[in-house]
Amino acid sequence: MSYIALSDKDKKEMLAKVGVSDLDGLFQSIPEPIRLREPLAVPGPLAETELLSYFEKTGSRNAYNAHLSFLGAGAYDHFIPSVVDSLSSRGEFVTPYTPYQPEVSQGTLQIVFEFQTLICQLTGLDIANASLYDGATAAAEAVLMAHRLKSKAKVLVGCSIHPQYRHVIRTYIRNLGVEAVEFAYGPDGRADLGDIEKKLDGATAAVVFQTPNFFGVIEDVKALSELAHRRQALSVAVVAEAASLGILEAPGKLGADIVTGEAQSFGMPLSYGGPYLGFMACAKDFVRQLPGRIAGQTVDVDGKRGFVLTLSTREQHIRRESATSNICTNQALCAVRATMFLETLGEKGLREWALQNVHKARYAQGELGRIKGVKLKFGGPVFNEFVLELGKDWAAVDKTLRAKGILGGYGLAREYPELKNAVLVCVTEMRGKDVIDRLVKAVEEALR
Amino acid sequence: MIREPLIFEISDKGKTPIRLPKLDVPAAPDPLTGAAVRAGIEGFPQVAESEVVRHFTRLSQANYCVDLGFYPLGSCTMKYNPKVNEKVAGMPAFTRTHPEAPEELVQGNLEVLKTAEELLCVIAGMDAFTLHPSAGAHGELTGMMLIQAALKARGNPRKIVLIPDSAHGTNPSSAHLCGYKVQEIKSDQRGMIDLEDLNRAMSEDVAALMVTNPNTLGVFEADICRIGEIVHAKGGFLYMDGANLNALTGVARPGDMKVDVLHVNLHKTFSTPHGGGGPGSGPVGIKKELIPFLPVPVVTRTKEGLVLDYNRPRTIGRVRSFCGNFGVVLRALAYILTLGPEGLKEIAQIAVLNANYIRKGLEGEYHLKYATPTLHECVFSDKLQQEHGIKNVDIAKRLIDFGLHPPTMSFPLIVHGALMIEPTETESRRDLDAFIDAMKTIAREAREKPDVLRAAPHATYVRRLDETTAAKKPILRWRPAE
Repeated sequence: MSYIALSDKDKKEMLAKVGVSDLDGLFQSIPEPIRLREPLAVPGPLAETELLSYFEKTGSRNAYNAHLSFLGAGAYDHFIPSVVDSLSSRGEFVTPYTPYQPEVSQGTLQIVFEFQTLICQLTGLDIANASLYDGATAAAEAVLMAHRLKSKAKVLVGCSIHPQYRHVIRTYIRNLGVEAVEFAYGPDGRADLGDIEKKLDGATAAVVFQTPNFFGVIEDVKALSELAHRRQALSVAVVAEAASLGILEAPGKLGADIVTGEAQSFGMPLSYGGPYLGFMACAKDFVRQLPGRIAGQTVDVDGKRGFVLTLSTREQHIRRESATSNICTNQALCAVRATMFLETLGEKGLREWALQNVHKARYAQGELGRIKGVKLKFGGPVFNEFVLELGKDWAAVDKTLRAKGILGGYGLAREYPELKNAVLVCVTEMRGKDVIDRLVKAVEEALR
Repeated sequence: MIREPLIFEISDKGKTPIRLPKLDVPAAPDPLTGAAVRAGIEGFPQVAESEVVRHFTRLSQANYCVDLGFYPLGSCTMKYNPKVNEKVAGMPAFTRTHPEAPEELVQGNLEVLKTAEELLCVIAGMDAFTLHPSAGAHGELTGMMLIQAALKARGNPRKIVLIPDSAHGTNPSSAHLCGYKVQEIKSDQRGMIDLEDLNRAMSEDVAALMVTNPNTLGVFEADICRIGEIVHAKGGFLYMDGANLNALTGVARPGDMKVDVLHVNLHKTFSTPHGGGGPGSGPVGIKKELIPFLPVPVVTRTKEGLVLDYNRPRTIGRVRSFCGNFGVVLRALAYILTLGPEGLKEIAQIAVLNANYIRKGLEGEYHLKYATPTLHECVFSDKLQQEHGIKNVDIAKRLIDFGLHPPTMSFPLIVHGALMIEPTETESRRDLDAFIDAMKTIAREAREKPDVLRAAPHATYVRRLDETTAAKKPILRWRPAE
């Protein structure tokens, strides 16, 4: 099955029209020595039923139980309204290309325009782009953007930013003469302002921090931004858990100049890490340095409102090596899903949804914190994740929990050697009280 | 389609939101002490669920798509996206798995990733693949970083990347992001890389040549092996942009053409949907020498099962979070398994047949700058129509009136007024003929009544949007009326 729509008769007549005797004749421009003589050694062909049973069988090798998982760390198990799957699976959204011809792409273009508006409203900034690959590459793009805006080579990067995001930042800047200097976190889990002050100087382009940070702790965006601005550096806020924007003050209103991150929480399934949804918003003055596609409103010849891709002189297809970014294909359908998700919840639903995360996490934090041998590692306010320090090695506790089918959280030791016995626990609105209580009981037993 | 307001314009704060389950834990009185809590979200919409459904269903009707008809965007490979692949990618066994889950609990996912890597190696003739890159341009960046790492390991990362003038804009942009200076290589009269120019430009300062093959004219670079030898002789790497691999599957393999690094677009050759501009996936294939530098983690088969290997001291690092666009990889794997060896060859054969059928059908009506045989696409121009004051954009907009999507316009840059046509293998003869007929009618209209073309499209709700004003006085978000 190769989804060909020609009959044998069609093929024959078409070959005659083209003027070659058989299908091989179409490839005469490929030198004989490099043409394949053997069929490719791949399995198949499979009929639809065979294909589905192959993937059912392969899928059944996953023994992951989402219901008993307290994993977060940059990927969050949230409720997705049925509306999102139903509408976003329409062929009209799934099967067009990038909207190069606006007359036949007003659907996608208007949705992107609405998406940009929603991101602006959530982040408290003026401009947002149409999407980037994921939170990690979005953070890296923000660093490069700050570098271009300030023409300064140094950026301060919080070590409480998602470790993978920091790794990607390092990969991206390695050959561009940009230096990332990490700053520490304090005893409350928030960015260590004193350490930033020490490292911040006139050569610094930006102070980049995550909020809520990788430990789940909500940063003091205002203090961080003021500190950055005092030395004419940009304040760049990375948001890895976009659900927090439903209840926390918009970082842009607290002084952040660029807000970027991961919006997987707005309607994208976990799907083992992708596709997700990178986003970026910035202050109006910075728009010419913003990477990625942007939709804009305009009028047509008859004066009717419509939408187009715009400001493309920033982009690779016009500017080639001088473009602000090399991005072309982005995560458009994910942005469409996020728009559907946000518009279905609306302002009140979004706030209630975000608040449920806060309450569930607070409840779990309280119950777990009461266990003997468990310490809440950081005192700062949290959204839906928090760090526990255990009296015992986390790996051992994890093993006991796993035997009960529970995934208690993300062990921090791999990325933070100083947090050897610490675990990052995530409690979204999807975890019921019964499941939280089971975790509490299991941890209690493991530590006994 | 009728005018559909922005959601913000039909919002009503008094509407009831979607119902969430009752909170089943005691609510702490002030759970966010010490954090700045927002009062509300200025301007954020509140509508009923039924309004959301109508809003997006109406907007969907304003989109053209592959499911609706012929979509000959050159270089973009707008082929049919099989429905069963969507079903596979939506299986809860995959969608509900967390990327930080322990490896032993996600052996199914790792099997999917590893199998896809292995099959791409077979199809492309490469030694290893990474599935991390999220799109073609991301693959280019990753591929160039691998080359740079290998050169550094040899002692000198070098300074220049050579790129033909027919290349896609992402090539120079990706090379630049890697810190390289870009030098352009001319195309010759055949529309292929000018070997003399390449010989002149190639030096020990050159890290790589980025070549698209078949190139953006649809022409196979017949000297590809010679090109590889020239680049290798000076210690450079041959990078192939595999955006057009769909012309070669089962027919020829980049790995057999001296190619060292290659990216492929799962959203082109392997039929994963474009989604209005993504998500895509741009896996990178490499030869042995580059394996130590692969981005982490690397999916590895061991006696105990599949694992994610992070312990790779010479890695370029991470290029994105987690393990790439897993959902896209699932679709591509489903496609490969559905096709099998014969099917993979057939898609290349029929894609090339369909493209040549169109080329034959339009020869004489439209100007063809290069007479060289082409594979999966052909690039005409508006040169003949320019005599009547008609530009490629007029032709494109008029095609919309025939219920067809226009071809890629004004690219590649070496063809002035380009109309780049790629039908793909999934189109029926009826659709191909309808396109040819429409193009012929338009050519006649250009001669006889050019004003019809200049005013096109006639049938859409909006027509010829003012892109200049959009860029000069940008309105990039909705704001409430003052």
